[in-house]
Amino acid sequence: MLKRVNGREDTQGAQVKLRDASFPSPFASGLEYSSPARGSWNIVHTAMLLPGGHQIYVCAAGCLRGVILTAAEMNATDRFSTIAIREHNLIDGDMEDLIVDGVADVLARLPKKPPAVMIYTSCIHHFMGCDLPLAYKKLRERFPDTGFSECFMNPIMRKSGLTPDQLTRRQLYSFLEPRPIDPRAINIIGNDLATEEDSELVRMIRQAGYTLRDITWCKTYEEYQQMAAAALNITYNPAAIAACDVLKRRLGQEHMHLPISYNYDEITANLNRLADYLGIDHSDYAEEISRCREALAAAKAVIGDAPIAIDYTATFRPFSLARLLVDSGFNVTRIYVDSISGEDKGDFEYLQQHRPDMDVFATVHAKMRFVGRTTEGKTLAIGQKAAYFTGTDYFVNFVESGGYYGFHGICSIAALMEEAFLHEKDAERLIQMKGWGCESCL
Amino acid sequence: MKQVASIISTYSADAFGVSSALFELGGMVVMHDPSGCNSTYTTHDEPRWYNMDSMIYISGLTEIDAVMGNDEKLICDITAAARDLSPRFIAIAGTPIPMMTGFDFDAVASVIEQETGIPTFGFSTNSMNSYVAGASMAFEALARRIVREPAAASSEGGPVPVNILGLTPLDFSMNGSDASMIRLLETQDFRVVSTWSMNCTLDDIARAAEAKVNLVVSYSGLATARELKRRFGTPFVVGVPIGPALQQRVIADLQQALRTGTDQIVYQDKEIAAGPDITIVGESVYSKSLAAAITTDIGRPARIICPVDTEAAVLTAADALAEDETDIIPYLQEASVVIADPLYKPIVPADKTFIPLPHEGFSGRCYEKDIPNLIDGFSAFLKGALNHGIK
Repeated sequence: MLKRVNGREDTQGAQVKLRDASFPSPFASGLEYSSPARGSWNIVHTAMLLPGGHQIYVCAAGCLRGVILTAAEMNATDRFSTIAIREHNLIDGDMEDLIVDGVADVLARLPKKPPAVMIYTSCIHHFMGCDLPLAYKKLRERFPDTGFSECFMNPIMRKSGLTPDQLTRRQLYSFLEPRPIDPRAINIIGNDLATEEDSELVRMIRQAGYTLRDITWCKTYEEYQQMAAAALNITYNPAAIAACDVLKRRLGQEHMHLPISYNYDEITANLNRLADYLGIDHSDYAEEISRCREALAAAKAVIGDAPIAIDYTATFRPFSLARLLVDSGFNVTRIYVDSISGEDKGDFEYLQQHRPDMDVFATVHAKMRFVGRTTEGKTLAIGQKAAYFTGTDYFVNFVESGGYYGFHGICSIAALMEEAFLHEKDAERLIQMKGWGCESCL
Repeated sequence: MKQVASIISTYSADAFGVSSALFELGGMVVMHDPSGCNSTYTTHDEPRWYNMDSMIYISGLTEIDAVMGNDEKLICDITAAARDLSPRFIAIAGTPIPMMTGFDFDAVASVIEQETGIPTFGFSTNSMNSYVAGASMAFEALARRIVREPAAASSEGGPVPVNILGLTPLDFSMNGSDASMIRLLETQDFRVVSTWSMNCTLDDIARAAEAKVNLVVSYSGLATARELKRRFGTPFVVGVPIGPALQQRVIADLQQALRTGTDQIVYQDKEIAAGPDITIVGESVYSKSLAAAITTDIGRPARIICPVDTEAAVLTAADALAEDETDIIPYLQEASVVIADPLYKPIVPADKTFIPLPHEGFSGRCYEKDIPNLIDGFSAFLKGALNHGIK
C-alpha cells in the first residue's frame, strides 16, 4: 500500500500533450526525483566489460557508496577498489599524492596485478584543479606494465561536455594498443548488451566474410586487444560516438554510426550503407519487412487496443518505436522521457502531427514522486520506468535497446510485447535490480 | 595506506543519514548535488523507497551554477516544489561541491523559510562523513526546533512515556526490530511516544517532550537525547535490548534513570577482563549491545571495532575506532571470532571464525533479507553463531 504524504494528484509541469511538447526539452529543470527502476547500466557495469580490468574510484564516501555497491551486487568486488577523499585532503593539497599512493597501495594488495586499471576521479578533482596528468605520469612511470585510463565520475560536468557515461564508453577502449589494421575486421563499439546474432547487422558482416568483434563478447584481455585490428567501428548507441572519434584519431579506425531505428526505410538505408562498405549488393528487404509486419500483427491480435507506455530506458529511440507501433495500429498512449534526442526528432514531429493527444511524462520531475502509479485497464509497458509509473506488471523488460537491431530486432520486440502482455511479471522485484543482464546477488 | 579500500565496501554517508532520519516525517529533503546521490541513497540505503512516498530529491547542481554561486536557482526550485507539494518542513543536505564552494546552508535555509513559511533546515553535510553523523545532525535539529514544550504534567499513573531515539533502517533494517522494541517496552509498563524515526510522524516527534525517559538505540540518537535533556531534563538510557538478559537490563536502567534522573549505559559494566576473543565490527551502540548480550549469555569476552562516528563515552576500553581497511585488519587478526557484515569477509584472516551479520549501512540491500531482528531473534542468532564455531 502506498503511503501518500499529501494525497494530491497534480501533473502540471510533469506531463504535457505531445502537441504542446517542445523539442528537445519538454519539461523545465528543477529538483530531481529518482524512480526505483534500476535496470539501466551505470559506469561501473559498463567498465566491467573490460576483461581482466580493475576499477579504482577516488571520491568522497557518498559518491563511493553507489559504485561499490553496484560492484558488490554484481559479485565483482574483487575487480573494484576505492580511495576515500576526506576533508583534510582538500586542505592539505595532497590530492595527486592520494591518487598515486592510493592506486599503488591497491595494486600492491591485489592478488594479481591487472593489465588495465580504470581510475575514476570526481567532481572534487575538477574543482580543485588537481594535476591529473602529473598523477597519471607518475603512475605510468611506477607501473610501466600496467595500463591506466583517465576516467571520470564528475556529474557536475554533465552539462558542460561529455557525460560520465560517454566518457566511460570512450575510455573503455583507451587500452587498445595499435596493431596492423585488418581490412576485413569490424567492431561494434559502445554497447553494453550484445547485438542479437540473428540481426541483419551481424549476419551481413559475417556472411560477407568479415571478422566481427564486440567487447560484450570478449572473454580475455587479448581478445579485447584484437579489437585494435578492426578497420571499421560501428555504433548504434549515440553515447559511443565520442569513443569512435578518438579511436579514429588514435588507431586509424573508420567509424560508421548506424542509429538504431524502428523505421523500415531508415533501417534499409543503414544496412545499405553497411553493404556499401562491405562491398556487397544492396538487398531487397521486402521479406524482412513482411516478417516484421506479421510479427506486429500477431502482437496486435493479442494486445488489441490496450494502452501502451514506452520509456527512454528501453530504447535509444522511444519516439521511433512509438511511431512504428502507432503506424501498426497499437494504442500508444504515453511516452516517458526527460529530453528528446536529435536522432528521435523526426519521429517526435511525426507523432506530434499524427498523435497530438499522446501524453509525454517526465521521469525526474519532482511531482512524479506522487503521480498515481495506476492506469485504467490492462496496460503494456515497454521499459522499466514505464512499468513503474503505470503500475503495470505486464511489461517488456529490457534496457538500452536490448541488442535488438534492425528488422529482426523489430520481430523480437513484437514477440516480447506479446509475451509480456500475456504473462505477468514481478515488476517490483525485477525493476529494482541494477544493470539489466548483469549478474546480481539480489 | 589509510583511506584505501582494496576490496571492502564503504559506509553510507552523512547526506544519506539526514535523508534516512527524516524520510517518514512528511518533509522535503533536498541533497544539493549534481547527480547520483539520489539514486545511490534510494537504491542502496532506503528500503522504504518503493512503497512509501517521501520527498527526497537532488538539486541537479551544474558546474556553471556552482562556479557562479547561483544559489538563486536552488532557492527557486525548492520554493516552487514546496508550493506544489506542501511539505511539513524542508531540509537541505550538502555534498562535496557545496562544501568546496562555501555554500551557506543556514542563509539559504533562512531565505527559503521566509519565502515559503515552511520550517527549513540546512545541514552542512559533505558526503565525507558517515551516515551516523548525518542522522545525528537531523535528529538533533528536530529536537531543537520541532519538539514542543510538554503540556502540564499529569499526576495520573499508567505507563511511563518513553521515546526511542536513533532508529533508522541503516542500522535496524526493515525486519521488525522497531516493533519488537516497542512491544518490549509496552509489556514493561512503558508507553512509546515517538520512535525517531521509523513508523513515526512529525506530530509524534513534536510530542516527544511528554516522555519521562529516552532510550537511545544508536549513536545517531545520542545528541538528540542530550538536547532533550538540556531542554526538558529528560534522562536517557543508551543500549539496544538485544536478548533476554540485556532486555531486563534495559528495563531496569530505564527505571533507574526515571528514579534518579541519571543517564545510563546498559553495557557499561561489561568491560572485558580477558583479551579480545570475539570482535564485532559495526555501529557503536548496536555492536556494544550485541557484545554485552553475547558476553552475558556465553561468557566469552567480546569487543567492538567501530568504523563510523561515535565517541569514547559509549565505548569501553577494549574497543577501538578504526575507519580504514588497513586500520581494521590488525584488530581482526587479534580475535578468534569476527562478527561483521559479509562484505568484510575478504579482509578477515582465513583462520578466524567469521559470523556474518549484515548491516544495511554497509552492504546496502545485498544481504537485506538476511539481516536478523536481534531484539526477538538473538537466541536464534547465537545458536547459528555457535554452529559456526563459537563455543
